[in-house]
Amino acid sequence: MNPVVHWESVSFHYPGATRPTLSTVDMAVPEGELCLVIGSTGSGKSTLLRTVNGSVPHATGGTLRGRVRTAGRDTAAHRPRDLADVVGVVPQQPADAFVADTVEEEIAYGMECLGVAPEVMRRRVEETLDLLGMAELRARPLTALSAGQQQRVALAAAFAAQPALLVLDEPTSALDPPAAEEVLGAVQRLVHDLGTTVLLAEHRLERVAQYADSALLVPGAGRPPTLGATADVLAEAPVAPPVVELSRLLDWNPVALSVRDARRRAARLPVPVSAPPLATARERGDVVASARGLTARHGPVPALRGVDLDLHAGEVVALMGRNGAGKSTLLSCLAGLHRPRSGRVTVNGGDPARQRRRDVARSVGLVPAEPADLLLADRVDRECAAADREAGVPAGRTAALLAELVPDVPGAAHPRDLSCGQRLAMALAVLLARAPRLLLLDEPTRGLDYPAKHRAAGVLRRLAAADRCVLLVTHDVELAAQVADRVVVLAEGEVITDAPAAAALSASPAFAPQVAKVFAPAPLLTVDDVRRSLLGGGA
Amino acid sequence: MSGSPRTLHPVAWWGWAAGVAVAASRTTNLVLLLLLAIAAGYVVAARRTEAPWASAYRVFLRIALVIVAIRVALQALVVGSGGATVLVVLPQLPLPAWLTGVRVGGPVTAEAVLAALGDGGRLAAVMVCFGAANALASPSRLLRTLPRALHELGVAVVVALSAAPQLVTAVGRVRRARRLRALPHRGVRGALTIIGPVLEEALDRAMTTAAALDARGYGRRAIVPVGRRRATATALLGGLLSVVLGLYGLLDGSTTLHIGPLGAVTTGTLGPVLVLAGAVGCVVGLRMGGRAVVRTRYRPDRFLLPEWLALASGTACAGLFVATAALGGVDSGLAPDPWSLQPPGLPPLAALGVLCALLPAHLTPPPPPAGTPEDT
Repeated sequence: MNPVVHWESVSFHYPGATRPTLSTVDMAVPEGELCLVIGSTGSGKSTLLRTVNGSVPHATGGTLRGRVRTAGRDTAAHRPRDLADVVGVVPQQPADAFVADTVEEEIAYGMECLGVAPEVMRRRVEETLDLLGMAELRARPLTALSAGQQQRVALAAAFAAQPALLVLDEPTSALDPPAAEEVLGAVQRLVHDLGTTVLLAEHRLERVAQYADSALLVPGAGRPPTLGATADVLAEAPVAPPVVELSRLLDWNPVALSVRDARRRAARLPVPVSAPPLATARERGDVVASARGLTARHGPVPALRGVDLDLHAGEVVALMGRNGAGKSTLLSCLAGLHRPRSGRVTVNGGDPARQRRRDVARSVGLVPAEPADLLLADRVDRECAAADREAGVPAGRTAALLAELVPDVPGAAHPRDLSCGQRLAMALAVLLARAPRLLLLDEPTRGLDYPAKHRAAGVLRRLAAADRCVLLVTHDVELAAQVADRVVVLAEGEVITDAPAAAALSASPAFAPQVAKVFAPAPLLTVDDVRRSLLGGGA
Repeated sequence: MSGSPRTLHPVAWWGWAAGVAVAASRTTNLVLLLLLAIAAGYVVAARRTEAPWASAYRVFLRIALVIVAIRVALQALVVGSGGATVLVVLPQLPLPAWLTGVRVGGPVTAEAVLAALGDGGRLAAVMVCFGAANALASPSRLLRTLPRALHELGVAVVVALSAAPQLVTAVGRVRRARRLRALPHRGVRGALTIIGPVLEEALDRAMTTAAALDARGYGRRAIVPVGRRRATATALLGGLLSVVLGLYGLLDGSTTLHIGPLGAVTTGTLGPVLVLAGAVGCVVGLRMGGRAVVRTRYRPDRFLLPEWLALASGTACAGLFVATAALGGVDSGLAPDPWSLQPPGLPPLAALGVLCALLPAHLTPPPPPAGTPEDT
């Protein structure tokens, strides 16, 4: 079979970089495959993907050595626009790149640029709409779509031009789980029913690993990437979904890629894994914050309806629920940014909506969904110094907090150039300088890979152990399983679940993490739980 | 007559609105202005779609009301007003003697208010027409009808325009974050610290957008021989230059040019010739430029009978107002004397013009029904 993409001893330097981002890339992706591109954040995954249509180096600058051939065309001689007929690219934030007013026109736009004959174009738009189940959206204005629908439109727009290859760079990282399912379902339809070649980078491997034909691991630091069968590559990869980690723990070879696979093998385990000795319910501290009969609206739309919630020192609480369930509004109310319609919010004995911001900042810290919004300075060390001055603490306090959370953040770096995890730590350090006892985080692990997520979970646990309460909004059940003591689920502005994590997560099919699904009904949530249970069983 | 539901060609709507706006700009007669605004509103109500931009009419209506209010308030408070019918006497601010003709406060007369209403109302009615055009056909759809050679310019404008709402959300987000850090988020200092991050983000987004457009084939060209490319550029530039010179001649037609032994010619005669020649040059240049563009159009808007009817009714409206002004002179009733405090009349030809403006509400096909509302 002909390779769709062929990298021949490719290496790439960004302008001014001391080390190559990619080096000695020698690979070929054959036609008709769904190839999963994995690697830690900052390893050069996106760079590798962008060499495929030539936007590296045509749009970014830098020096590319070697040769990249896409559908037989050398990207050195072809600009991205000259490759638009063979490579379809789905961007991470499709809304930034929309050109038309309505779904139908957007899908047609790429074909218009390529000069496809009008009657062919008409037929392909109709077929694409049907194929991706979007016929009812065709006349909708793009601005009226949900994030998942926008992503599907971008996919349809890329696919409709019938390229030989689709490149998707983390198409679901900004989506909630149902929307991500929608998009990945659409991708699978294109791959399995139509044989489209797809290069897909994705953080949440648990969602896609089982569908991939091959995996391409970008190890970072300029080491050569490896391409192979999904199970073989994942077995060695630094990033791996829970089932793969479980397989490594239990020495399954080849590793399991799906829950189904893992469950069948777990049934054959010589020693049945049993529930770990129930962790003694941790002593809960005093109530740091509480809400009573909290009702809030956004204009005429009710966002919260009578929420009662107590948050204790020393616990990590995961707040879950679909988009629009009122999670962010609850955070805003607790941080005093949103004045509730009725009901009471008390944080550290005061009502945050009525206090001065300066006083609120001493009792509550909120990390917004984009942590970089909190950062103002152009250098990490200046940011730390500014935070010290604002909080009125001795100089060096914030820097020390940062070093405690994540070591080795370069002081001279621009906060925007930090990795997602470092930015999160930076924002946390700035807030912690004022020593608030309630920490609120909006989707803290968006864009983090597994190791970074693991570290973030550790940080949050340590913060809670220091007599604080941490409340995090998350869609990520694996994270909730790792870090949370308690899970609160909101639906339509009401609390529908408020229970210890083990009970809340293992009982529900929607919120169960992979390990819980493998070992149900035993209430095991994480690979660590299994490890402890095995050790306990052996002892 | 109105045919099966479809959206009208954007040029038809904008042409119609331009006609009504020309009519509105010819009069300060409050009755006529009100009737024109109502006519525009009626057509919008009858023919607008469910799209988000369809609510533009309401926004422009508000802007129009604000314009009228500001104009009246200024007249009442600042500009010296004559007339005898004093409505109310405001406390007057003593000003130095050399500021004659300017006063703040003092008597407010009905005549002055009426004059201000006429003036403000005219501008407001033009705004309302612009709002109607916006509501009936989004500006980006209008840009899409540009000739092929200019199409990419149109896309660039559309993308740039769509950045504005994103900028607004970005400002909101950064201000919220600023409050979280208990930093100033209002006033000049707050604004200054917000500008940096917001612009940085906008720049980042612009880069992403450019890359995404490039990846979709924006700016693909067929290979054009050098000679043809040069000819295209010459035709376009020469044409534009000729149009500009010709317009100059049209505006100032009295200068006589002596062209060597050929004799003398006034700019008044040369002007139209140059404009015409220039226009031809531009059309030829755009045609030739368009041939280098490989793109095709997906379901282009068609220009059929209803489009012509809408265009004609707008033109008729404008024409009847212009005719009224030309035939009636000072007594046409289009610009009643506010100082006489007479109720404005209703010139029959202009009234007919207002009726013409209403026609598209019935002569054009209704917009397609909105997709079944379904939320996710």
